[in-house]
Amino acid sequence: MKAAVVVFPGSNCDTDCFHALRDVMKTPVEFVWHKERAFPKVDLVVLPGGFSYGDYLRTGAIARFSPVMESVKQHAAHGRYLLGICNGFQILLEAGLLPGAMLRNKSLSFVCKHVWLKVENTQTGFTKNMKKGEVLCVPIAHGEGNYYCDNETLRELQGTNRIVFRYTSEKGESGEAFNPNGSVDDIAGLMNEKGNVLGMMPHPERASERILAGEAVVADGSEDGRKIWESLLESL
Amino acid sequence: MFKAAIHVTLKKSVLDPQGKTVLHALDGLGFKEAKDLRCGKYFELTLDASSRQNAEEHVRKMCDKVLINPVIEEYSFSIEEGK
Repeated sequence: MKAAVVVFPGSNCDTDCFHALRDVMKTPVEFVWHKERAFPKVDLVVLPGGFSYGDYLRTGAIARFSPVMESVKQHAAHGRYLLGICNGFQILLEAGLLPGAMLRNKSLSFVCKHVWLKVENTQTGFTKNMKKGEVLCVPIAHGEGNYYCDNETLRELQGTNRIVFRYTSEKGESGEAFNPNGSVDDIAGLMNEKGNVLGMMPHPERASERILAGEAVVADGSEDGRKIWESLLESL
Repeated sequence: MFKAAIHVTLKKSVLDPQGKTVLHALDGLGFKEAKDLRCGKYFELTLDASSRQNAEEHVRKMCDKVLINPVIEEYSFSIEEGK
């Protein structure tokens, strides 16, 4: 697998994604600056987290018009894998590569903590190494992760198995107490119809090595985020 | 030159937690007459256009393309002719 991490002005998880792919997963990876029009031929493109363009106007609203986004769209149109994490997810929504939009967290607070994610769909290149109903421990860090879509879109997402991750308890129970931002239907991650574009608010790159903690939640830290990279490696 | 005043609010169907919090604060300060409050954005745009109608077209295009997100927001605007 070859991967590329897109860097927008204000991205701040680009190096973390690069590290997780290169040093942890031993995968060839390169950075692509947002002004690049010539794009490397890779199997996976990651739009990393951060605050592209200072989150001005709306999160992801300016980044979606970056020159690189034309190549990113083509990459996805060819059926290759595209993963948007946090701000990357927000950019995918603004670019129309995934349906819906992000609102401010229901609490109005920036939420930074480990959460539990239930794997709802394992028939995807991003999750094939996971078990259906498995609960992962992965951190979130965002002020605008309150996913919103209209009822019609939600029914379509549910009916076509496109909700990949939901916020739950450690045991996989759903409930308002386990939803950190007010997202409709507890959605933490969703994919496109073809299944090659995934957007998720939690940060798998921050849970790819045990040393990166999570001890506050699970005694020996969490490397559950690795399962996404491992699934992708196996799919390719 | 024209001046456009563009108002953006969350759609009525979209919950506005910020508006709710501000309303709650007003209530706490004794403004019992405040019954509903929606937070939004305001853009003041100066633009070149051949006519008022032309200016309206430009503004509508800018709103639809980038200034608002139609999934969650709606907008209205007024235009003034400047010097």
